[in-house]
Amino acid sequence: MQIPVGLEAGVEGTVLKADVRELDFYYGAFHALKRVSMPIHDHMVTSLIGPSGCGKSTLLRCFNRMHDLYPGNRYAGGGIVLYPDNTNLLAPEVDPIEVRMRISMVFQKPNPFPKSIYENVAYSLRVRGMRNKNELDDRVESALKGAALWNEVSNRLKELGANLSGGQQQRLCIARALASDPEIILFDEPTSALDPIATASIEELIIELKEKVTILIVTHNMQQAARISDFTAYMYLGEMVEFGVTDQLFIKPQKKATEDYITGRFG
Amino acid sequence: MNAADPSTIRAVRAIIARAKRWDMFFAMLGILSLMVGVLTFSVLFLDMAIQGVPRLDLEFFTSFPSRRAANAGILSAWVGTVLVMLVTALAAVPLGVAAGVYLEEYAPKNWITDIIEINISNLAGIPSIVYGLLALGLFVYYFGFGQSILSAGLTLALLILPVIIVATREAIRAIPQSIHEGSYACGATTWQTVRDHILPYSSAGILTGVIIGMARAIGETAPIITIGALTFIAFLPTAPFSGEPPAGLFDWIFAPFTVMPIQMFNWTSRPEAAFTVNAAAAGFVLVFMTLAMNGLAIYVRYRLRKNIKW
Repeated sequence: MQIPVGLEAGVEGTVLKADVRELDFYYGAFHALKRVSMPIHDHMVTSLIGPSGCGKSTLLRCFNRMHDLYPGNRYAGGGIVLYPDNTNLLAPEVDPIEVRMRISMVFQKPNPFPKSIYENVAYSLRVRGMRNKNELDDRVESALKGAALWNEVSNRLKELGANLSGGQQQRLCIARALASDPEIILFDEPTSALDPIATASIEELIIELKEKVTILIVTHNMQQAARISDFTAYMYLGEMVEFGVTDQLFIKPQKKATEDYITGRFG
Repeated sequence: MNAADPSTIRAVRAIIARAKRWDMFFAMLGILSLMVGVLTFSVLFLDMAIQGVPRLDLEFFTSFPSRRAANAGILSAWVGTVLVMLVTALAAVPLGVAAGVYLEEYAPKNWITDIIEINISNLAGIPSIVYGLLALGLFVYYFGFGQSILSAGLTLALLILPVIIVATREAIRAIPQSIHEGSYACGATTWQTVRDHILPYSSAGILTGVIIGMARAIGETAPIITIGALTFIAFLPTAPFSGEPPAGLFDWIFAPFTVMPIQMFNWTSRPEAAFTVNAAAAGFVLVFMTLAMNGLAIYVRYRLRKNIKW
């Protein structure tokens, strides 16, 4: 397998973090991803856009092998190579749990566990076998700071995560995803259940987070993609239509189909 | 004709009034159906209470059965019921919960799992006397447990196992998919997900199923008679460490026993009227035990659910 040429053309000074190579994916008999290829640049925000049903969430959920949880899902060819160790995340011999330890995820609807704020963040450390109280405390604090939530919750860590507001809950979920020091964080439409103010704070946070981690985000909101991402990929009907630097893709798309979508003529 | 036309408004009101008559009709029907159950139970319970409650005194609880109605008590029966229920719970809860968790979280979705699922739903419909016969052959003779508390407890455990399995599965299914995926996305294994999330969040629902099952088991008579519970028993099972050496903590599980419904059944079949009063008193105690169990379940469920918000 070789990296299809042209995708990362014109991008200088970036390092590849992962690489989707001619990936095919099936839900049962439904061909959901068709020879999809795209690069993921290290410490950059890459967004996936496209109309509903285009396969953007499906592609995102390949990155942490979420599809393995359900029967009938099949990775049918190609793969996702993670650098620098060249691991194919989708290889059958690679344990999905190992993949999820390296790549964490934030979901569409905030899904804090019905546990305390502290335990929510500590959970991703506990599954990694961390038991030391001081170490846990430190890591929870720094994850909450990283998610810009520490100031609001530092004196109520024992309270239920569900008592927080929607935006705070989503930042709690980001802290949970951040606590384990992942290489990539996947965001699946993280603001679609939030009000505009909470959305703005999450967007700001995502931009800050790329200092620490590589980010891949699915969004149905093109303005959001334009605001926060360095690279954007437009997908349609399971195919990768166009990938490029966000500004170029929005100002001067190479393909007619992309232009139709971003100008609102379609979708 | 526009919407503000008086005739239109009248027509609309007529339609609403007609539709509301059906509302009323169905509400009445519902109340009636409800009353059939509630009233029947209330009358039965009141009748039993009026007859039986005056008979209740401390002696009634601390006396063994007797040929003289006035001296007879339910000591061996309530001790037997409590011990049998204990064995039932200890056997049925872990097995039922484990089976439910396996079916929901681990079992591959294939035809073997489907067959197992159909079988479990069918098990709930098998007459209890059939369980009694199975237990007579399996526990009493084949395993050699004899006509003991252990045999009875295991028999009732089999009887309520499907109830607990189904309740466990329902409780697990009530946990949102997003919580489930959230746990896996943190890198948890299936067991970690079950231990840290699935079981804690479904425990209230599981408990409800356990109580429904136990409430059914506490009143079961047929299978217990089949495996040979005694109807007249004037001694208690050996207390822990008090039997013949080497005495152990669990000597009592091999003791012969009787339970509340059997004691009641025995008394109702006596000709003297005084024994009928005894039966009513015992029945009152049995219903009270069941209600107390339900009450406890409601309280515990409330406590468990208080901290669970999605």
